Amino acid sequence: MSDYQTHQYDVLVIGAGGAGLRAAIEASGAGVSVGVICKSLLGKAHTVMAEGGIAAAMANVDDRDGWQVHFADTMRGGQYVNNARMAEIHAKEAPERVRELEAWGALFDRTKDGRILQRNFGGHRYPRLAHVGDRTGLELIRTLQDHGIHQGIQFHMECTVTRLLQDGDRVVGAFGYDREKGRFRVFTAKAVILATGGIGRAYAVTSNSWEYTGDGHALAYHAGADLIDMEFVQFHPTGMVWPPSVRGILVTEGVRGEGGVLRNSAGQRFMFDHIPDNYKPQTADNEDEGWRYCQGDKAARRPPELLTRDHVARCIVREIREGRGSPHGGVFLDISWIKAHVPDGEAHIRKKLPSMYHQFKELAGIDITKEPMEVGPTTHYAMGGVRVDAETQMSSVPGLFAAGECAAGLHGANRLGGNSLSDLLVFGKRAGEHAALYAKRTTQGEVDGGVLDRTAAEALAPIERQGAANAESNPFAIQHELQEAMQRLVGIVRLESEMREAVTVIAGLAERARRVSAPGNREYNPGWHTALDLDNLLTVSEAVTLAAIERKESRGAQFREDYQEKSSVEGQVTIVIRKAGDGTMRVTRETLPPLSPEHQAIIDANTA
Amino acid sequence: MARAIFSIWRGDQSGGAMQDYVTEVSEGMVVLDAVHQIQAESAHDLAVRWNCKAGKCGSCSAEVNGKPRLMCMTRLSDLPLDEPVTIEPMQAFPSIRDLVTDVSWNFEVKTKIKKFTPRPPDAADGTWRIAQEDVERVQEFRKCIECFLCQDVCHVLRDHHLHDAFIGPRFLVYTAALEMHPLDVEDRLADLKEAHGVGYCNITKCCTKSCPEHITITDNAIIPLKERVVDRFYDPVRRLLRVFQG
Ligand code: SF4
Ligand code: SF4
Ligand code: FES
Repeated sequence: MSDYQTHQYDVLVIGAGGAGLRAAIEASGAGVSVGVICKSLLGKAHTVMAEGGIAAAMANVDDRDGWQVHFADTMRGGQYVNNARMAEIHAKEAPERVRELEAWGALFDRTKDGRILQRNFGGHRYPRLAHVGDRTGLELIRTLQDHGIHQGIQFHMECTVTRLLQDGDRVVGAFGYDREKGRFRVFTAKAVILATGGIGRAYAVTSNSWEYTGDGHALAYHAGADLIDMEFVQFHPTGMVWPPSVRGILVTEGVRGEGGVLRNSAGQRFMFDHIPDNYKPQTADNEDEGWRYCQGDKAARRPPELLTRDHVARCIVREIREGRGSPHGGVFLDISWIKAHVPDGEAHIRKKLPSMYHQFKELAGIDITKEPMEVGPTTHYAMGGVRVDAETQMSSVPGLFAAGECAAGLHGANRLGGNSLSDLLVFGKRAGEHAALYAKRTTQGEVDGGVLDRTAAEALAPIERQGAANAESNPFAIQHELQEAMQRLVGIVRLESEMREAVTVIAGLAERARRVSAPGNREYNPGWHTALDLDNLLTVSEAVTLAAIERKESRGAQFREDYQEKSSVEGQVTIVIRKAGDGTMRVTRETLPPLSPEHQAIIDANTA
Repeated sequence: MARAIFSIWRGDQSGGAMQDYVTEVSEGMVVLDAVHQIQAESAHDLAVRWNCKAGKCGSCSAEVNGKPRLMCMTRLSDLPLDEPVTIEPMQAFPSIRDLVTDVSWNFEVKTKIKKFTPRPPDAADGTWRIAQEDVERVQEFRKCIECFLCQDVCHVLRDHHLHDAFIGPRFLVYTAALEMHPLDVEDRLADLKEAHGVGYCNITKCCTKSCPEHITITDNAIIPLKERVVDRFYDPVRRLLRVFQG
């Protein structure tokens, strides 16, 4: 054990996006020692990419809003397979979490009377998203970062965890390496919080950065924790499609919130063609009403472009498949048309959507105040993840907590835009609070030196194999093939036979990953890092695929060509992924607890 | 498809050299794409930082053809490809490896700036009332993505290595964001003058020219801060007043 740099904390947080930072702030505020590990530099996590805003029923813009409506919207968006208690806690606590950010220095856009302004977003009944132009995520992470650095938290930047350490069942630390020198590090802790974000890198077209390789999902799985809802992967309807090098980069839903419309190659607003029955009463049936809604007319109903993401993404795929797509395989998203309807139109668009303007101008050479954008679906968010207790965020393994995207339950089958940033804050705080409580009740566990040596040897194997470098063992090639296979076989439209093929492909790639080689040495070597991330990517890909095969229906983000309808039987089932004693992945079905009469009553009253 | 030559600095603290790589160039590619392509094809261990690939995280700072740039926002179509494209790490920070530099100094500097301290809430429910125009006044500074390119080009840091005496343009922007925050009541002027060395800046504006977020660092952040320092510490009338006010 003396060969490793060691660090000891009461609470160890893995991940420094919104959830990790919020958890760390809460835990250190509770008086325990806290260490945070992040794969990148501080403040660079994917949270910076969030554009739209933070959903919280503060009712600053429309006083008909309240936690009950937010709860009902979240449940309906998630197609009622959400954890209802989490949805309730989230809706109740989000406003306080937003106000607290303001007390820590965040500056949101304002209403006329000086309160926090809220904007419309898909699936939210009333204007609900606190925002700063279209860079809310940056404001959120920077606020937490700048507050957190004064709280006595220890940060380990550019450090990656490859394994959780256990004493019996209990998680008592983590093993990892720093990128700079490739030194191994051992972290011991009384409680560990996973806040590692998503799995987007398992797909070829994604809005996620290199970091999102499902680390927390895989770490928890290997430690024996349950993963649930893994079949639900959100494809955001609007990612950039051209030029090829920017394919997948997010185009915020805020564009549609400000009045942006989707059109096919024939110029039709195809979103009007198919509005799901359960959303009909709240959706505009003509263009004029939709526009009035975007301008804040409370009597108007929302345009169909603001239906839930799963639905919009599927409509776009339909247009493309049926030959009505744009030249580069997307559809058109047009905000420039509103110029004629607002004073000083071009400046208005630039002011409301500054980073979108910037992004298209610099990366695609397109001026969005003058021409439509080309957009198509991009892998964006994992609703599935570590199963946690709604109150405490503890997983099914003692001492292991999870919050944010790597935890599951709140979003059910489909996440509403804006509910991610609020999720980070609400459940990040809870995870920090309860991990600190847990740490105060427990002592440091024992770490088995033999396990450390084996883990270190496994991690070094790719570098030691470097003599045999070829395409077969190239870590980038294996990752690329996996991404292509997941995109093609377990994407937006799913079919059992294709997913069975994916299982075979994943197994073959896993075999190759065991022989992966990474030329070079241990110092800041991306080939080696990519090789070490492969196991996580393969684990989450298998989990997504097996869960998607098991759910024999179409619901939320899961669309099955062979089971196109929702099924009342499947709608009462949670698919659970667990590591079996023999090391294989096991899929089980569990019955969802029925909604309580109170929750049912709130839903009935608010979804009419 | 066209091919282009990329001359990339490979090395670490102990030294290094430019090395040429040839790769295919396709429509819309940015410098970071070329680096990734080279990494996947022929230099698996080529070290580079990146995250968002959309100019939002500030990770991929480097010097492209000698100019401070975000690699993910520098389109190859804007560079002459008939000669090698040079890519070097930022020069104002110690090398870690290849294009990656040790920017940890920046994170330490930030902890030394007094944190945000709000005035008491305006309303009974613990919230504040702020006018949109007051929000907008500081939004420019809050756009900063901490790419540290401005730090890289500032001669006080780059050439004179006064890292101990001067916090650099990024943190003057940060201080300005706090000082002009509509709720903040903390006083950072003495620190600015002494420990943070605002006086070292001689308004060359190199930082402003390098900022990918187009923050007018010098005119909007640094000059107003300098004026506040002057008003406080050098203005004779003010000084006299302070004597009388005790
Ligand atoms: S204006 Fe001041 S801070 Fe900016 S580069 Fe010049 S000396 Fe440095
Ligand atoms: S001020 Fe501009 S150049 Fe300096 S760190 Fe911020 S974004 Fe980068
Ligand atoms: S990768 Fe984020 S700014 Fe370039």
